[in-house]
Amino acid sequence: MSDPMPSSEGETGRVEVKETTCYMCACRCGIRVHLRDGQIRYIEGNPDHPLNQGVICAKGSSGIMKQYSPGRLTQPLLRKPGALRGEGAFEAISWAQAFDLLGERLRKIRAEDPKRFGLFTGRDQMQALTGLFAKQFGTPNYAAHGGFCSVNMAAGLIYTIGGSFWEFGGPDLDRAKLFVMIGTAEDHHSNPLKIAISKFKRRGGRFVSINPIRTGYSAIADEWVPIKPGTDGALLLAIIHQILKQGLFDRDFLVQYTNAAELVVDEPSADDHGLFRRFEIHAEEGCFDPENKLWWDPEIGAVGTHTPGAEPRLLGSYTLDDGTHVKPAFQLLKERVDAYTPEWAAGITGIPADTIRRLAHEMGVTARDQKIELPIPWTDCWDNEHASVTGNPVAFHAMRGMAAHSNGFQTIRALGILMTILGTIDRPGGFRHKAPFPRPIPPCPKPPHGPEGVQPDTPLDGMPLGWPAKPEDLFVDEAGEPVRIDKAFSWEHPLAVHGLMHNVITNAWRGDPYRLDTLLLFMANMAWNSSMNTVEVRKMLADKDDNGEYKIPFLVVCDAFASETVAFADLVLPDTTYLERHDVLSMLDRPISEFDGPVDSVRIPVLPPTGQCKPFQEVLIELGSRLGLPAFVKEDGSRKYRDYPDFIINYETSPGSGIGYLAGWRGKGGEKFLKGEPNPRQWEMYANNGCFYHHELPRSYQYMRNWNKGYLHWARAHGMTRYAEPITLNLYSEVLQRFRLAAQGKRVGRQPPDRLRKRIDTYFDPLPFYYEPLEARLTDTQRYPLNALTQRPMAMYHSWDSQNAWLRQIHSHNYLFVNPRVGVANGFDDGDWIWVESPYGKVRCMCRFSEAVEPGTVWTWNAIGKAAGAWGLGAGADEARKGFLLNHLIGEELPPTECGEHVSNSDPVTGQAAWFDVRVRVYKAGPQEPKISSPQFATMPRLPGQDRRRGRWQAYVAGLFTKK
Amino acid sequence: MTQLALVIDLNVCVGCHACVTSCKQWNTSGWAGPLVDKNPYDAEPTGTFFNRVQTFEVGTFPLTETVHFPKSCLHCEDPPCVPVCPTGASYKRPDNGVVLVDYDKCIGCKYCSWACPYGAREIDEQQRVMKKCTLCIDRIIDLALPERERKPACVLACPTSARLFGDVHDPNSEVSVAIRERGGYQLMPEWGTRPSNHYLPRRRTALHINEDELVRADNPLRREDLTTYTGEEALDDVAW
Amino acid sequence: MHPALSVIFLTTLIGAGQGLFLALYTGQVYALANLLPAQGAGFYVGGSLIALALLVGGLIASFFHLGRPERAWRAATRWRTSWLSREVLVLPLVMALVAAYGLAHYLGWTAPLFSLAGTLPITPTLIIGLFGTLAVFALFLCTAMIYAAVPFLEEWHSPLTVANFTLFGIASGFLLAAGYSAWLGNQLVAFFGTWGVIATLLALVTRLGALARNRSLARGKGRKSTVQSAIGVRHSAVVQKAQGATGGSFNTREFFHGRSPGTLKVLRNLFLLLVFVLPVALVALGYVLESATLPLAAFAVQYLGLLIERWYFFAEATHPQNLYYSGVS
Ligand SMILES: Nc1nc2c(c(=O)[nH]1)N[C@H]1C(S)=C(S)[C@@H](COP(=O)(O)OP(=O)(O)OC[C@H]3O[C@@H](n4cnc5c(=O)[nH]c(N)nc54)[C@H](O)[C@@H]3O)O[C@H]1N2
Ligand SMILES: Nc1nc2c(c(=O)[nH]1)N[C@H]1C(S)=C(S)[C@@H](COP(=O)(O)OP(=O)(O)OC[C@H]3O[C@@H](n4cnc5c(=O)[nH]c(N)nc54)[C@H](O)[C@@H]3O)O[C@H]1N2
Ligand code: SF4
Ligand code: SF4
Ligand code: SF4
Ligand code: SF4
Ligand code: SF4
Ligand SMILES: [Mo]
Repeated sequence: MSDPMPSSEGETGRVEVKETTCYMCACRCGIRVHLRDGQIRYIEGNPDHPLNQGVICAKGSSGIMKQYSPGRLTQPLLRKPGALRGEGAFEAISWAQAFDLLGERLRKIRAEDPKRFGLFTGRDQMQALTGLFAKQFGTPNYAAHGGFCSVNMAAGLIYTIGGSFWEFGGPDLDRAKLFVMIGTAEDHHSNPLKIAISKFKRRGGRFVSINPIRTGYSAIADEWVPIKPGTDGALLLAIIHQILKQGLFDRDFLVQYTNAAELVVDEPSADDHGLFRRFEIHAEEGCFDPENKLWWDPEIGAVGTHTPGAEPRLLGSYTLDDGTHVKPAFQLLKERVDAYTPEWAAGITGIPADTIRRLAHEMGVTARDQKIELPIPWTDCWDNEHASVTGNPVAFHAMRGMAAHSNGFQTIRALGILMTILGTIDRPGGFRHKAPFPRPIPPCPKPPHGPEGVQPDTPLDGMPLGWPAKPEDLFVDEAGEPVRIDKAFSWEHPLAVHGLMHNVITNAWRGDPYRLDTLLLFMANMAWNSSMNTVEVRKMLADKDDNGEYKIPFLVVCDAFASETVAFADLVLPDTTYLERHDVLSMLDRPISEFDGPVDSVRIPVLPPTGQCKPFQEVLIELGSRLGLPAFVKEDGSRKYRDYPDFIINYETSPGSGIGYLAGWRGKGGEKFLKGEPNPRQWEMYANNGCFYHHELPRSYQYMRNWNKGYLHWARAHGMTRYAEPITLNLYSEVLQRFRLAAQGKRVGRQPPDRLRKRIDTYFDPLPFYYEPLEARLTDTQRYPLNALTQRPMAMYHSWDSQNAWLRQIHSHNYLFVNPRVGVANGFDDGDWIWVESPYGKVRCMCRFSEAVEPGTVWTWNAIGKAAGAWGLGAGADEARKGFLLNHLIGEELPPTECGEHVSNSDPVTGQAAWFDVRVRVYKAGPQEPKISSPQFATMPRLPGQDRRRGRWQAYVAGLFTKK
Repeated sequence: MTQLALVIDLNVCVGCHACVTSCKQWNTSGWAGPLVDKNPYDAEPTGTFFNRVQTFEVGTFPLTETVHFPKSCLHCEDPPCVPVCPTGASYKRPDNGVVLVDYDKCIGCKYCSWACPYGAREIDEQQRVMKKCTLCIDRIIDLALPERERKPACVLACPTSARLFGDVHDPNSEVSVAIRERGGYQLMPEWGTRPSNHYLPRRRTALHINEDELVRADNPLRREDLTTYTGEEALDDVAW
Repeated sequence: MHPALSVIFLTTLIGAGQGLFLALYTGQVYALANLLPAQGAGFYVGGSLIALALLVGGLIASFFHLGRPERAWRAATRWRTSWLSREVLVLPLVMALVAAYGLAHYLGWTAPLFSLAGTLPITPTLIIGLFGTLAVFALFLCTAMIYAAVPFLEEWHSPLTVANFTLFGIASGFLLAAGYSAWLGNQLVAFFGTWGVIATLLALVTRLGALARNRSLARGKGRKSTVQSAIGVRHSAVVQKAQGATGGSFNTREFFHGRSPGTLKVLRNLFLLLVFVLPVALVALGYVLESATLPLAAFAVQYLGLLIERWYFFAEATHPQNLYYSGVS
């Protein structure tokens, strides 16, 4: 090889390229895996893929080191008799044994009390299957990671605009002129967002980032607005205040497409106070908002909404013929934000009032004066023909910086309203939906309504997760107390639409509201980074009651790696990697749709499974068949699906519905899409198309979809929605008001328990308001003056990349970043070992001074710290000795209040885990203290089937570890 | 003469490290590989990388800029690392200006690394020869690859297209145009090494709003009844 | 820079070997001119063997510096551009000439071939020694220029580096010669000792000059590169936060010594004591006491000091690449 006139790659060995979908993170880019003699040589982005357009990220490029990681599990494991949980002492068993063991146990639970089985999943992408399994099993105790992730973002916007950021929609940066990013470090749309932001900046767009910390995307923002954590609500309300005051809102948009002009009853003593005044029409009952509300036209008075020719008022106070006082919702909004002046917000957010005003003006003026008009004709739901689609080019993106606070839901409502008054919803240059969104507000699925929904040997009567629209949709018993183990859909967290996974272990351990028998955790590291209060949660997992039985009797963990949680399992199921299995990223779950239409994708194995690894999908289908769950067996009880690929092809949501997991190439010969009979060659057709299916909508269906008649009918015809009714934006949320009225005792029907009345009354405000995060109100903020945050590093995915030899070199350990002023005030220097202490615990770590963080905030990279010995790492690895986990400082429950002894540390509306509310203080570690992070945990042993410890050197060449 | 190089746009680089690991994976299994890792699963893991992304903070709070700064060999036009090499293992290709190391000749004396002011060379501690960015020579001159792919791995990977690749001697190339129009600059020009790689600086887009833009005739507030008459006396009621 | 033991031994050992050869040859020339008592062949043969041993020792040490010593021969190919390559060529030449010098003495090639200016008899040994001397100085130059020629290492990029390498070699070689003579018990001790001391004092001047120069460099004065020019951002406050690797890299291992400023200061004072103060004192004392061992001790002490000096020489050099590797997080 002396002179690099290299032979072409193609001549070096047997080279082939296989396409599949990446899963080094949940972004799901298309990849091309180059194999040389059957071993991975190189993974690149698929240039034809709509999501990543050929690019790939740091994680995606390190897939090789995931595949060959010594942290991998390769055999089913059973805790050794006599060994304690958490010790990690296992013996390898066969899959036959594992299935017998688990199948028997589950059969018994299902026959007795199905809710004693809990299935909770982490950052997976197969909720459509896991959810189906849980429902068929009959347990309500199912949820995925959404509750501890960003349910505030999902719920806050879906309950306001019928869609959201996250995987449901996003900023149209191709056309935006001003882009405001709030509280985002990386997010799921990892590569696409990067592609879009760079194009946007190159076009000369203006990019403002609102974040206590300036890293990552914020680094390249034209303006960084450092904000105190948890105060975005104040900022947004002040911006709304200013926009209303200056008249910088899009009046026509508000009138036509939102409930701004709709009349709300304003009779404080009346039972229907705060509800829309509705007239009787004969309307089909459905989960949509019937158009039986009123506008106020100065000429005519009250008229039905969308009466042709009517010119409704947005402001004012009016009296109906029957003497009822009413106000347009917009008037109520205006009254709400009257006191929220920029000066008021400045004191809370730390952002100067002039900056707030300027931001408001930039948004308002850009939206108004830089209008976009596209020559695309379309028809709205009221049969008005429009010659063009117009847009106001101000785009937002926000994520967990807003979501992961206990005031996040109302803050995100405020954001939804700001985007709405600027007239930017599903219009060019603003926010755009991604199929299957927009959905009705709220979407149709509902949880069961009471304990009777859970019956032995019977599927659940309802969906384990759904979207309550009124107290009757809650999942509570006679006394108004929760039926679910995580208390989702109870009065404590009525709109917990993604469940509260972060409270499952604590609740099950305490038996509050009851004990579980078997807890199955899939792809969730609940003994580490996805739990709050991790030290205690680990104790709970290993805690026994008086008769020596574990309080959580049987713990099953399905994981691909020797994570911290695996050590606590009774039964370990080794999963495959993403390169070894079939997967679907389905329209029934969270597909990878684009603004221009639905997209879904699949994974097709590139390599055979390692060792005894088995895809969890196959495990579920096997268990479903063994247990005789109706969806998995034929009439005669025999197995219905050969395997997962077979299931994916042939499963239909109901017999003959034509709707299944995959949207592409349906129909016998693959001639249909979204809806159509099963196609036996569907996988093949995906494989031939780079493993994705992209249906581009006609241009006239691509915008204004909440009210686009053509689109809505198309969506109904293709089974994406049930109704073709307009989805009016909820500037004012009647749903919230219904709960509030119940709490006030003004509503017949379900009532909250007394201890929660005040809580519901306060937080179920139909208009957004600002309140200090719950934690701060219950903590001595003099003693704990600082906010502690985490951020995702772009080159790491949660806890699972420390096993990756390349990625861990970028972040083998972490520091606490503090503003130098904090160090000076607390007597320590850059690089010193310090203690970080919250009311719940303390952590010793190294600090790093940074000028890029607001002085009231300290932060670190998320989930870099590891327990010794986990992930196939040596006991002395940096992750365990120098790295630390912030989760030890975060409580999963709030201090006792009148609402209860053990209320979750979550948003009171949605149950979103309030990770970013924690308050801390910092001080220098003593000179005698060891220079290692604290707490430390007993070293996890290497598990049977795990690779030998690798040596000092590793040299990888296309599948071979040479010693060259 | 052709001089191939990278131009790195600091205006859009978000510091994602995609260029770092895509480089590693392409090169470890390719002509330049393997790129070894030491202590891959233990304390202080370290290995050979051709490209690193660093972070600098500029200014003091709140006027802070965070600069993500990717750096690989700059393929200097006048590379000081080449003449010092006692074996001739380090050389600059006459046809395209790429600076390379011939691993079969290298004796691992590290002298060239002393002679590179940029810290762009890394010894492979297991193979005991000096390595560095090859500009993916085995991609860019491989005519068997489709044209689109005849680019360095890091360039194809970069999600923000912050890495441009081309001939800086061709005044019409994308890279030359970018350097010209966007104020492309070289690192440590004081040494006269004339790096071929250039960096494009940050640019800031600001918005200026005039007072009169805030008040306009079409202000939607004018379409509301801003006051309501509730029967009280007014000037209209006074008749002379 | 990270001080590499191999290079420390290489440069100090060959320096002493070269110096010793120079001492022997000077002694011979003086003796020919009847300025010193003539010595028998054994003296030169033994001395040459010691010098050769030092040179070989240095060469062996140098192999430990190479990743691929088996290919070391390749290093001879780029003498046009590379001082390292030149050193690789000149070092064997010096060794050969030193060996030849010793051999010539051993073979007794001391009959004059001709006389210069009628008085100075030119013997084969004298001619070989002359070439040896030229080669030795060439080697001093090559070795020193390896360091002095790299413009980036500003602490080294100075004629003082050449002066230091040369003077330290001469000083240690002459002291060794003095010790050797004292040990043999001949009369050359004072001659070698005096010149050893003179060279040591000259080296003191140049080394203090280098220290002063480097101190002002360390204060940032005249440093060519700054973190601003390194990344091309003009602002007074630029601080590196991350270098893209938390576990270190070649760049952190090769270019940083990792010792505290306190340690550095102690080592500097130590080498000043061991290289300059103590040997001079010991030579003086040896002169007074007519000791046979003290001159040898003077050499030993100075050599030890030179090891530290050479360590310090590396440690005090700051490479501009460090601007890219100055923060981890
Ligand atoms: N302090 C703090 N804590 C946080 C957050 C925060 O911001 N700050 N963020 C929270 C958020 S948003 C989330 S989503 C959670 C994420 O928390 P988790 O969902 O628990 O994510 P991971 O840590 O990635 O753990 C997932 C597990 O999946 C395993 N795994 C990886 N690939 C596979 C596979 O192919 N098959 C199987 N079966 N298992 C696999 C990994 O080994 C790991 O054990 O963390 C939360 N925790
Ligand atoms: N590389 C990588 N990508 C990932 C993940 C990963 O682990 N690694 N995880 C995936 C998952 S599960 C998720 S949920 C997403 C999350 O994506 P992000 O929401 O981008 O994730 P975080 O890192 O939690 O970012 C939160 C940001 O909000 C800021 N912030 C915190 N509090 C406040 C506040 O009160 N106000 C404002 N304005 N900002 C605040 C923080 O400084 C931080 O920048 O990322 C996904 N993508
Ligand atoms: S963003 Fe996620 S899915 Fe895309 S390449 Fe990176 S790791 Fe893979
Ligand atoms: S950057 Fe360094 S290694 Fe690359 S050509 Fe220039 S001097 Fe040589
Ligand atoms: S390390 Fe190799 S390439 Fe560098 S100077 Fe020495 S021989 Fe040349
Ligand atoms: S050009 Fe190739 S070798 Fe150089 S940094 Fe990029 S990927 Fe690495
Ligand atoms: S891949 Fe691009 S954006 Fe990411 S760090 Fe490298 S240059 Fe910057
Ligand atoms: Mo998440």
